This record gives sequence, C-alpha cells and structure tokens, in this order.
Amino acid sequence: MRLDIAIQRHLDDPQRPFALDVAFRSNVGRLVLFGPSGAGKSLTLRAIAGLLRPDRGHVTVSGRTLFDDFRGVDVPARERHVGYVFQDYALFPHLTVAQNVAFGLRTGLCNPSRRRLPDAARHWMEVFEIDDLAGRHPSQLSGGQRQRVALARALAPEPQLLLLDEPFAALDTALRSRLRDSLVALQERLGLQMLVITHDPADVEALGQQVLEIRDGRIHGDARSG
Amino acid sequence: MRPEIWQPLLLSLKVALWATGINLVLGVAVAYGLSRWRSRFNATVDALLTLPLVLPPTVLGYYLLVLLGRRGVIGGWLDDLGLNPVFTWQGAVIAATLAAFPLVHKAARAAFEGVDAQLEDAARVLGLKPLAVFVRVSLPLAARGIVAGALLAFARALGEFGATLMIAGNLPGRTQTLSVAIYSAIEAGDDAGANVLVLVASATCVVALLVASRLTRERTPRRAA
Repeated sequence: MRLDIAIQRHLDDPQRPFALDVAFRSNVGRLVLFGPSGAGKSLTLRAIAGLLRPDRGHVTVSGRTLFDDFRGVDVPARERHVGYVFQDYALFPHLTVAQNVAFGLRTGLCNPSRRRLPDAARHWMEVFEIDDLAGRHPSQLSGGQRQRVALARALAPEPQLLLLDEPFAALDTALRSRLRDSLVALQERLGLQMLVITHDPADVEALGQQVLEIRDGRIHGDARSG
Repeated sequence: MRPEIWQPLLLSLKVALWATGINLVLGVAVAYGLSRWRSRFNATVDALLTLPLVLPPTVLGYYLLVLLGRRGVIGGWLDDLGLNPVFTWQGAVIAATLAAFPLVHKAARAAFEGVDAQLEDAARVLGLKPLAVFVRVSLPLAARGIVAGALLAFARALGEFGATLMIAGNLPGRTQTLSVAIYSAIEAGDDAGANVLVLVASATCVVALLVASRLTRERTPRRAA
C-alpha cells in the first residue's frame, strides 16, 4: 500500500467546531479527494504534509511512517519529502521564477542565486517550458504560468508524493481542461503518486483513478470514476 | 564648526545609531516571536511593550534610574562589575533604545503579520528549518516595513531628551546630546548656537521621516495571488 492514512483532529473554533476523522488507503497513481468547501479536504492535505498535527492516527507514505501518535512518530514537514501545490500556488513574491523552482534544492540560510542554478532546477524549468521566464517575478506571470512554476518547484526536490490543493481553481475554464490532460500525462510519465483535492466534478472525471468523497470531515464512500 | 555644535551632533548620531541597531535586533526578534505566539497574554505583552511610546520620558528616565542607579536592582550588580551606565553615553543609548523600541516593534509586528502564512508553510514543506524560513521568506517580505520603523526609531532616538537627561545627565563633550545641548544653549542665552543646533536636528529628522514615508507608501502587495 503506497498511501495509508488515518487522521483524527478536533478543531475547537468557538464559531465553528469541526471534527476531522478520515481514513483511507490507496495504491493508485492519481487519487482524488472530492467534496464541498469546508469538508476537511485542505486539513487532510495539511496533516499529510506535516503542517497540521493530528490528535490521533497515522500517516504512511510508500512504507515510511510520517506520523503515528501511538508510536510517538511525528516527522517534521521539512523531512517528509512530500510535494505540495497550494491552491493559489504560494509562489515566493520576492524571488524570481528560477529562484522559486530552485528553492527546495537549497535548504540552507541563503536563497538560491539568480544566475547559478542547480541542474535539477534547469531540468524542471525545461520540463514545464518556463525556462524563458526564469528572471521574472510571480506578479508578472499568468495563472497558467504560475501553476507550472508551482509544479516545478514542488517536483524539483523529488518528493515521494505530490499533494495538489484545487490545482485548477485559480485558472479560467478554457485553460483548465488542457492543463488537466497535461497533469495526467505528467503523472503517468513520472510514475509519481498524486493526491488531488477538489470540489469540481470535472477534475474528478479527468484525474481520478480512485475517488473518495468527503463531507463534514468524514469519508463517504469510495466512488470510482469511469 | 565649533566643538559646542559638532560634539553634541556626533554624540547624538552615535547614540541614535546604537539605539536603532539594538532595536533592529531586539524589536524584530520580539515582534516575530509575538506574531507567531498564540496566547491570551499576547495583547497584554503588546500593550506593555508599547508603554514607552506613551509614558512621559521623565517617567521612563525615573524607572531607568531606579533600575540602573548605584542602589538599583540591576545597577548595584553592574556597579560591582565597574559598569555603571549612569552619567555615561551608554546610559544615553539605553534611554534612547527604550524610548524608540515601540516604533520598531510595532512596525515589525505589522510587517510580519502581513506576510502570508502559506508562504512560510510552502518553505517548510520544501525542506527548510525554522531559522531558514525566517531568513529566506519572512524577513525579506517584512523588510520594507521594518526599515520604515527603524527610520522612525532613529529620528525618535536622535530627539530623545527627558529620559536621557535623567540617566546620562548633561556633561558637555561626554553625555550632552543634541537635544540636551539645545536646552543648555537656550538656558545660557546662546541663541546663535541654539539656532544652528535646532536646524541640524530638524533637518536630520525631516530626512528620516521622508525616507520612512517613501518606504511605506511604495509598499505594494506583491503576493502570489
């Protein structure tokens, strides 16, 4: 089993108390977690990435235990080797495209240099055809370009698992279907496991090999899409 | 220029630079810590740290004397080491640092709270340790606001009078800063000297304020939207 997740987490926000209680296993390349906003999709993703600490449960990725309250395991986010593409991409506004892509390849105290780039950064910029945008800042990019930079940045450190939070929500409709196809092609080429969360049925249709529906913090059925 | 003018000017610049430098480290560290600290005491601590901005400077000076004087809590201990700051230029630095602290702290706090937390999360997921996240993401994104606060603090430190007079005194050539020298010149009826000192002090503060306002106005929200 490549992905084995069980997460319980209680949020006591006085205005909106919320209990997340999800458990699933998956062996497929493209797993989709589908549900309305506020269902707990992002919380699940954050818990897998190590940005949110579950109260109970376990997170296992490709046989490596990242979190297990019973065994007292809690690998910090920086050591989980999980790629994360945020909903609005969270590109670093003070860095160029090239520096953003190289960001995770240099984990010391200095940001990557603008000129001398690691080979891996060059490679991923070529894969996503953003090498001629290298010197630009995120504010100068279109939505589709930002998404490619975010993907290149997440993939450059060679993660075990790629998490995508509503990867097409920030894009216009015409672009969406084209980029869905290229995401599928990319996943098949890399053989990497992806977990996509979305509220858009079209994403489910195009991406999902296994689809889990989430509502009110719980998984409701394991619906496979055609 | 006469030594009565350049000596206080140089001393004031030295004191203000030291106070600004100390506040950059201290104010930024405290602001970053508090902006990430979720506690119900947060507001209280914030109010206490803003107190030097609203307290009469003479009250600040009195507290400093109580603390740092020969019979003070810290002063007695410092005295044993031969390091009493009362009536020294270092005492003036302490007074100016305390008086200007809230300006750096407030500006830095607002700047850190304006940094999108998701960018820090992105850096953590990409493998960075907390210090690297601070140095590579939070600090550069907050830098403009911090520098604007530091310039205000510099101007405030340069003009410090009440607390400085109480802890460092008015020793020409040793602890007599620009503001204190202006007071002394007027007391002594030296109007010409006072005029020059006043013009020098005003010009320095106006320049600091202009640069600070320029930095805050040009602050465009360059977020990855």
